Amino acid sequence: MRDVAVIGVGLTKFGELWDKSFRRLIAEAGSKAILDASISGKDIDAMYIGSMSSGRFVGQEHVGALVADAAGFSHLHIPATRVEGACASGGLAIREGYLSIASGMNDIVVVGGVEKMNDVGGNFATETLVTAADQEWEAFFGVTFPGLYAMIAKRHMYEYGTTKEQLAQVAVKNHANGALNPYAQYQREITLEQVLNATMIAHPLGLLDCSPVTDGAASVVLCAAEKAKEFTNKPVKIIASGQGSDTLALHSRRDICTLDATIHAAKMAYKQANLTPSDIDLAEVHDCFTIAEICAIEDLGFVEKGQGGKAVENKITTLDGSLPVNTSGGLKSKGHPVGATGVAQIVEIAQQLRGEAEKRQVKDARIGLTHNVGGSGATCTVHILEAM
Amino acid sequence: MKDIGIVSYGSYIPRYRIKAGVIASVWGKDGATISRGLGINEKSVPSIDQDTATISVEAARSALKRCTIDPQDIGAIYIGSESHPYAVKPTGTIVGEAIGATPDLMVADYEFACKAGTAGVQSCTALVKADMIKYGLAVGADTSQAAPGDALEFSASAGGAALIIGRDNVVATINHTCSFTTDTPDFWRRAERKYPSHGGRFTGTPAYFKHTISCATNLMQKVDTKPEDYDYAIFHQPNGKFPVSVAKKLGFTYDQIKQGLIVPYIGNTYSGASLVGLASVLDVAKPGERVFLTSYGSGAGSDGFDITITDKITELARDNAPTVAQMVEDKEYVDYGTYAKLTDLLYWE
Repeated sequence: MRDVAVIGVGLTKFGELWDKSFRRLIAEAGSKAILDASISGKDIDAMYIGSMSSGRFVGQEHVGALVADAAGFSHLHIPATRVEGACASGGLAIREGYLSIASGMNDIVVVGGVEKMNDVGGNFATETLVTAADQEWEAFFGVTFPGLYAMIAKRHMYEYGTTKEQLAQVAVKNHANGALNPYAQYQREITLEQVLNATMIAHPLGLLDCSPVTDGAASVVLCAAEKAKEFTNKPVKIIASGQGSDTLALHSRRDICTLDATIHAAKMAYKQANLTPSDIDLAEVHDCFTIAEICAIEDLGFVEKGQGGKAVENKITTLDGSLPVNTSGGLKSKGHPVGATGVAQIVEIAQQLRGEAEKRQVKDARIGLTHNVGGSGATCTVHILEAM
Repeated sequence: MKDIGIVSYGSYIPRYRIKAGVIASVWGKDGATISRGLGINEKSVPSIDQDTATISVEAARSALKRCTIDPQDIGAIYIGSESHPYAVKPTGTIVGEAIGATPDLMVADYEFACKAGTAGVQSCTALVKADMIKYGLAVGADTSQAAPGDALEFSASAGGAALIIGRDNVVATINHTCSFTTDTPDFWRRAERKYPSHGGRFTGTPAYFKHTISCATNLMQKVDTKPEDYDYAIFHQPNGKFPVSVAKKLGFTYDQIKQGLIVPYIGNTYSGASLVGLASVLDVAKPGERVFLTSYGSGAGSDGFDITITDKITELARDNAPTVAQMVEDKEYVDYGTYAKLTDLLYWE
């Protein structure tokens, strides 16, 4: 296995981008990453694109070739593959790109993630997102993702005494970070009272406990680490890639408060990197709902099971805490264009490790982790990155 | 165009009201949250025998009561609405006959979502300018539709306003008018469908705000004015939030828009909305004051007007017809069942 490095990153603004099409979004993010890496089309050995449901959101499948075409590379006939794993599609695309270089098959790979979600109405978007749940045993009976995560939250409260205020503090923290991110959908702080008094969606999750519907794209250029310095003087090495799966339906899990796919992916990643959770300087975790971030920091081993809410309350995960989590603003504030999220997490960590995160820069950041979840936890990828 | 403008005006708002909280309780929603979110406390409800034709007639009659114009001198009538009682058969002929303006008369019904009324004002202004007519009557009126349970149900209401446009005894000159139009499908009702559809959040930034701001900005550039040059500003008011927000973005103060901001008390009268706001301003305006108006119609476009009140406003018999404020206060509340009966929610075939 060869070492793999990130040599270029690109991001579109996240938000309601009414005047940017699906192909324009991914072409914009990809072009930025390619320019950042100082490569040209002929250098690219393969492309992997994460997109959850372009077919339902914009009526477009066959996304791999479309992205190569939109990037202006159709004449180069680059192998271009779409990867799908619900909201973990981006993380999976990163892992596929990583594996193809680590294996020695490819030297330079462009990975992208894209979703354009606002071209459909809210109800259709909700129905589309719930295709990531078990259609036969969950969605058919009317549950939606806020409902599934609300059940996780209720059980977490019952088992561990987690409070609605602790959930709300996740959103407050992530908005405080997002306010410093010029690419975030919501660049504004919110108060605890606003979160607690927001319109109820699925008890105990209010509107501001939920990540938004977002248009956006992200891209990174991956390169064999031994060649990375030919293109950039600030490469960031991917030192581990983990992936796990679990039952598609939430009710089939051993414990609905624990995402075993996360535990498995994290264990795989820590082992490969020969690190423990305490070695991680900062993390981008999958906070599709506030409870998801609390479960994530527990399942990734940053705190003991059941202590996630207290950790947030004690401000361990704030930008100046001992383990900053979601410095980008996370899915809650930066936005959650589902297929792009896993790639955007890599972009944030790479920028932090390159010392280019500006107002939200974590001091002396050296090792960062990304955690991307599909569905209610049936797919998870964990990547660990280190400054070279 | 200094000598052409509004010769008289009138408006009409049905007496019945339903509170947002009453609608909310039927659908299991929190009325206080809805009212706060939309900036609408209650909305007007048409009675069972009121429609766009009757509202237009009432508004036109009020306009005629305030002046001494012979209805036979009205050479054109344009009725803007998205709830014309007939799909084929004009509302304008009913209005023309009712006020005694037929038969030497040009008539057409207009539809451009919520800005068809101001489109009629532009047509009348042009015909007067071309000396093709002496006076023109432009009306914006609606008994707007909303599907039961849709977010629109909290705002869709009934009302309208009429302007008589001419050259003589002008109480408010229309110094300039311009429009900003694109094909932007944010809100629509297909033929033979009872209720409209809309694009949710798409109706905001790329639709209402883009067109309203572009039209308003273009108009101020053309006439070389700034927001502070105006005493009053009126914007299309689909809810209580959008006009306040658009005013702020353009640099107008709340004091400039409050007289023309009627939606919190009567809801969105669609084609009537911006013209009812203008009528409210004309109820109190003094000579020399300057008025800025920008309508918005989904689909989408905005019409902008730069208006100056003349000395003649003092000679207009404004008291001969009820003011907007008086009609806002003259109200009777109905429950949801009565509302359902009055607005034909309980229809069967």
